[in-house]
Amino acid sequence: MTNVPDELAYSAEHEWVSGDPDAGAVVTVGITEHAAAALGDIVYVEAPRVGDAVVAGEVCGELESTKAVSELYSPVSGTVTQVNEALESSPETINSDAYGEGWIFKVELSESATDLLDAEAYAATIE
Amino acid sequence: MADAPLRSPLHDEHVALGATLVPFAGWEMPVRYTGDIAEHTAVRTAAGLFDLSHMGEIAVHGDGAEDFLDHALVGRMSAIALGGAKYTMLCTPDGGVIDDLIVYRRDWDHYVIVANAANKDVVVAELESRLDDYDARLEDISAEIALIAVQGPRAERIVAAMCARGDDDIVAMKYYSAANVLLRGDIHAFAARTGYTGEDGFELFVNAADAVAVWRLALETGASDGLIPCGLSARDTLRLEAGMPLYGQELTRDTTPFEAGLGRIVVFGSAARPRGPFVGHDALLRAKVEGTASTLVGLVGDGRRAARAGYPIVDESGDQVGVVTSGAPSPTLGRPIAMAYVPHAMAEPGTEVAVDVRGRREPMTVTSLPFYRRDS
Repeated sequence: MTNVPDELAYSAEHEWVSGDPDAGAVVTVGITEHAAAALGDIVYVEAPRVGDAVVAGEVCGELESTKAVSELYSPVSGTVTQVNEALESSPETINSDAYGEGWIFKVELSESATDLLDAEAYAATIE
Repeated sequence: MADAPLRSPLHDEHVALGATLVPFAGWEMPVRYTGDIAEHTAVRTAAGLFDLSHMGEIAVHGDGAEDFLDHALVGRMSAIALGGAKYTMLCTPDGGVIDDLIVYRRDWDHYVIVANAANKDVVVAELESRLDDYDARLEDISAEIALIAVQGPRAERIVAAMCARGDDDIVAMKYYSAANVLLRGDIHAFAARTGYTGEDGFELFVNAADAVAVWRLALETGASDGLIPCGLSARDTLRLEAGMPLYGQELTRDTTPFEAGLGRIVVFGSAARPRGPFVGHDALLRAKVEGTASTLVGLVGDGRRAARAGYPIVDESGDQVGVVTSGAPSPTLGRPIAMAYVPHAMAEPGTEVAVDVRGRREPMTVTSLPFYRRDS
């Protein structure tokens, strides 16, 4: 069973969100260990760009492994303020440290995030 | 498929090794153990261990076995020497590919055919229907046989070291030949120098009851040489880099061996060495003489997004002119690679094409296959 940290919030599309989910706050977004393990070795990340508007539940990028490609959904709505540029040269960091150095982008929320799951509810979806 | 998936005799070994198991052709098989790229790289640089027990094995016995196979398959199976092997295909009367096969000759009146797991039952039924009056009988031995492959530049010394008797045969064995050996632990194996990775390597046919012992022997013997267990994901990128077709992707009932660039395996015979009629002869001769509408090529991507199976190749105005059959980021080349069917006019190496990768055009360049060839 993969790790699902208690302190994070989750989307049904296997993204995690770290930080206060109220409008105006900046949150960090990545994909879960479960999602990274299912993809296999990630070799390319197409993240949204700084300044892009993202919408909760909508595609904002893609993740490519040797085995498969998966769309990246934004779990929240707002404006992208920062992108993890280290993933450009080391996308495998998502496999090795999905909840830490493998973060993908940060978003200033235009509205509070309301549809996220807590760790227990997300863990139940991947059992 | 409502039926419970079939399990390899090595299932518990895979679980104990922490493998990720996935449904595959009616089986539950390991897609990876540690990581796809590490497994792929181990096979290119050291050695990898594969459980191929899902593959189908069909024995053909009888004084008429060679005549029967010459009639049923597109190659000349009577020409296989004792202990030899041949890559061939089972085709429809229209020349379409029912399956691609490796045929081993174990005795003058005894062949073993290895078929893809997904096609095994169809292959058995089709061969049965072609038996006619030939003095031959078929036996589906898939359930009794486990197939374990050791692939990579260190495979020879690992498999030789696994032998109690027969290590000389392993070292002397030529590519596409096979011999009986005795493995440590008093285990009989039929060892073949064949594979699906583009590397040197061996495939060990053993009784299902011996599978666990052989698997563990290989892991113990090969550990100091860097051998690790490898799953289906690495197997797929390895065969793709080696330009080897996969049934259901490059090969289907709608393609002949000629479209796939494998026309050389279809043997029509010559005045000096005539060959009798075989199933598919007329249609395949037409394909050879008249040519095909499309041909299989390699593509190397200029960008980072990989083309995947089924993606269209598009012209300037966005109309589809070809189709990708397999594609992935190549662990060895560090760039996206693909195999695709295109019209002959686009098949020249160096031709620039565009693939519609989920709504965006990605430039790729036609290249000759394979993408990777080992130093020999």
